[in-house]
Amino acid sequence: MKIHLPNSAFLGNIDPFLRAFDSSNPNELKITANKKWISVHPVVLSMVAALGLAVSKSNIQVEKLEATSKHYLERMNLFKFLGIKSDIKITEHEAAGRFIPVTQITSSQELTKFITEMIPLLHLDPKHVDPIRYIVSELVRNVIEHAQSKHGAILCAQYYKKSNTIRIGIADTGVGIKETINRAHNAPTNLDAIHLALMPGITGTTRREGGTEYNAGAGLFFIKSIAQVNRDFFMVYSGDAMYKLLKSTSKQHLILHADPFKDRHSAGENFPFWKGTVVGVDISLDATKEFSVLLDLIRKTYIQTVRERKKERYRRARFI
Amino acid sequence: MKIIKMFPLVGNFAENKDLARDIRIKQIIPALEKKQEVTLDFKGVDSATQSFVHALISDLIRKFGSEVLDTIFFKNCSETIKEIVNIVVEYMQETE
Repeated sequence: MKIHLPNSAFLGNIDPFLRAFDSSNPNELKITANKKWISVHPVVLSMVAALGLAVSKSNIQVEKLEATSKHYLERMNLFKFLGIKSDIKITEHEAAGRFIPVTQITSSQELTKFITEMIPLLHLDPKHVDPIRYIVSELVRNVIEHAQSKHGAILCAQYYKKSNTIRIGIADTGVGIKETINRAHNAPTNLDAIHLALMPGITGTTRREGGTEYNAGAGLFFIKSIAQVNRDFFMVYSGDAMYKLLKSTSKQHLILHADPFKDRHSAGENFPFWKGTVVGVDISLDATKEFSVLLDLIRKTYIQTVRERKKERYRRARFI
Repeated sequence: MKIIKMFPLVGNFAENKDLARDIRIKQIIPALEKKQEVTLDFKGVDSATQSFVHALISDLIRKFGSEVLDTIFFKNCSETIKEIVNIVVEYMQETE
C-alpha cells in the first residue's frame, strides 16, 4: 500500500488524496509526503494510522519528511502510534493547541473513558460539548459493534482557529459498510450500502422497523444531520465508494432529508478499495445551534420517514 | 415506585449502551414485572445519545406496549435528554 500526504487534503478537496491511495500489496505500507508543506484533515492521519496498524511495523516505510509543517504529524503522535522513530523535535514552548492525537479505541469501556478525557483537550464551551462528544461516541461505537476490526477505531481531532472548526476523523480496517448492511438488506454496491446506512432506521442487524433492542440504525443519520444543520462537511468512505455531504450556504433553506442523495452532496465509486470504513466530519463552532433545537429538527424528519415507510407497506384495498 | 438514579450509573454523558441494557434488564424490567412504577432520574446527566436511550427503553415499548409509558417517568431531564427520549418514544410507537 502507498499513501501520500499531500500539500492540502481537507474534506472539501479530499477526493484526489483518496484517489491517489494505492491499496495493492496489503502487507506493506509506504508513506510519502509533499516536500514543502503538509496540511491535512485529521481523517487523513486516522487513515494512515489505521493502515499502519494493519501491517507489521517492519513493513512500514516512511519517506524522510522535509515539509516545514512536519511537526504537526509528530505532535498528533502519528509516528509514535506507528512505532516509528522520527527525527522531528517539538520544542517545549510550542503551543499545545487544541487537538486529540491519534488514538486507538477497541472497547466500550475505553470509549467511555476516552469521551470523559477528550473534552478538556479541546477546551470546548459547554454549548459545543454536546455535538462533539455525541459524534465521537456514536461513530466509535459503530466501529466497536459492527466493524469487526481487529484494531478497533482510530481517531484524531483538531481545532482550527482560523475557521473556528473542530475536524474529526475516524477510520477502521474492518469489514466495511457493505458487509454489515447486507446482513439484513440488499445493497449490491458499496455506494448502495453507504446510501442505506445513512437513512434513518436502517440497520444491518434487522429488517424490522424500529431496529432491535440494541440497534435502531439512526447513528449515521444523526451525525450527517448534525453536520448538515451546522452547514458543515461530512464524509463516509467504505470499500470503493465515497459519499460527501457538501457545505451549504446560510442563504439556502435548511431541510433535513432522510435520503442522503437528496442532500447537496457528491458521491462516487471506483475509489481505491478501503477495507473498512472512514468517516470525517467538520463542526463549525460559529454555526453550532443549540443541540436540543437540532434534535427537534432531526426528530421531525425521522418520524416523518418512519411514517412514510410504514405507509408504503400498507396493504391496499382491491376493487374488483 | 422504583427510582433509578442514572448519574451514578452512567455519568454526565449517557452513551454506553451496555450500561443502558443492564439498567433495563436488571432494574427496569423486574420492577415493571412486579407492577411497580419506575422513575428514571437523570439529575446530573447533561446529555445522552439516541443509541443509549434506544437501548434503555425501546424494548420496553416493544414488550409491554406503549402503555408502559404510563408507568415510566423521566425526571430531571435536560432539554437534550428530553428531545432524545421523545425521538425514541415516537419512532418506537410509529413502528408498533
